[in-house]
Amino acid sequence: MGSEAGMVIVGAGECGASAALALREQGYAGPVTLIGAEPHPPYERPPLSKDAMADEAEPMPKHAASPQRLTEAGVTHLAATEVRVIDRQAKTVATADGASLGYDRLLIATGSSPRRLPLAEGSRRCVTLRTFDDALAIRAHLRAGVRVLIVGGGFIGLELAASARKLGCPVTVIEAQPRILMRGVPAEIAETIHAAHGSAGVHVLCGKGIVAVEDITGGVRIRLADGHAVEGDLCVIGIGAVPNVALAAAAGLAIDNGVAVDGNLRTGDPDIFAAGDCCSFPLALYGGRRVRLEAWRNAQEQGALAAKNMLGAGEAHDAVPWFWSDQYDLGLQIAGLPDEGVETVCRDLGADAFILFHLAADGRLVAASGIGPGNAVARDIRLAEMLIARRAAPSPEKLSAADTKLKSLLAA
Amino acid sequence: MAEWIEACAADDIDEEDVIRFDHGGRTFAIYRSPDDEYFATDGLCTHEKVHLADGLVMDDIIECPKHNGRFNYKTGEAKRPPVCVDLRTYPVRVEAGKVLIQVG
Repeated sequence: MGSEAGMVIVGAGECGASAALALREQGYAGPVTLIGAEPHPPYERPPLSKDAMADEAEPMPKHAASPQRLTEAGVTHLAATEVRVIDRQAKTVATADGASLGYDRLLIATGSSPRRLPLAEGSRRCVTLRTFDDALAIRAHLRAGVRVLIVGGGFIGLELAASARKLGCPVTVIEAQPRILMRGVPAEIAETIHAAHGSAGVHVLCGKGIVAVEDITGGVRIRLADGHAVEGDLCVIGIGAVPNVALAAAAGLAIDNGVAVDGNLRTGDPDIFAAGDCCSFPLALYGGRRVRLEAWRNAQEQGALAAKNMLGAGEAHDAVPWFWSDQYDLGLQIAGLPDEGVETVCRDLGADAFILFHLAADGRLVAASGIGPGNAVARDIRLAEMLIARRAAPSPEKLSAADTKLKSLLAA
Repeated sequence: MAEWIEACAADDIDEEDVIRFDHGGRTFAIYRSPDDEYFATDGLCTHEKVHLADGLVMDDIIECPKHNGRFNYKTGEAKRPPVCVDLRTYPVRVEAGKVLIQVG
């Protein structure tokens, strides 16, 4: 790295911040520039649908890397700066304000954006939730009695539903699929979550297509395919996220459900890497299956790994996918990819907590999904994650016997 | 002089494990190491207020159950992001099969 144009990271979310700090931890001494479109220092997104929405105190961004920490690490953070073009020949990026910045290695950590609902494009009552500013805008509306419609029974929508109920808002969730959380969450666990929302007074409508979204006097009306309509004061669209790939695509990099990278998070251009929500990568654990993960821990881990590989480490990503969700007093955690399993074994942890272990045809443990009050399932999910990483094939009898400690299976 | 409080019986905690102990409006985590020593720290992670007793003990590390931040529970040292603030530790002694901690 003699030229010292330095390292440039496009995207100052959890992933980009993690990469910037990791470059220093790895001993890199050249220039590090972290460019983000948002005005804030890098912050954690998970609280946005939860505490930042429902806590009494005015929310503040929870920094993933505070300005002080970035300064101490000698990272230049360009806030509110949009990168328009990557010039791979010149090895420069151009920003919206006309500046050009050279790089030795570039990391694309542009994240994802809420998927848009074309029917709702014209509505002034429909919003999405991705950024801290989005959260503030939604929070400003949430008062007792304000009717909230949520399109999409995924994590963002359901977490927001729980927060809105805490604040005394009537809430209706509209999901097109036959059940909530169709993608990546087993039916038994989705049922538990659905029941919790029912008990809290949320109207969850599943299998309901939407044919129109209309702004009406003082509110918004959603017409359903079955002829019914629901009305609210505010509508949040939570129908998933799409990777931010425009910059990479325009630079001629391969796109495959995200910026396509190899196991080392490197794109087809040896000087350009991608990590976090915006990239798809082969997961060795599942035979090289190409996945894209929208999860906090993945963003952090891939940012750190990309930093190492930008410095030439050549390490492959081999972490087990993992994420959590909190709704009411329930905590959900999933390690691995449940759809890789063909058989399910249940461990009853008592006190309304259980874990499903997902086994492949050859008996290998490929995923574990659990739900329970607070963090009741956390420790066993963590141990399951270790078993998954080791490609272990524990006996189904032992997995289902709550008095067999998972730690003992790890030692075996 | 800070008070010594009886937290639990020594065999309430498995080796290489942790339990929660609440006292006087505060919450603590009491650990038994793989080499059968006892330690105590504040009960909540310094990142977000999550009970560490729901986490996993691995050798001299406690891992937060929510975000996988890690501390050395013997020294309180923060060992892995997102935690960056050390955990407060408390003196522990074992007497007649009871675990006592000195809460300051």
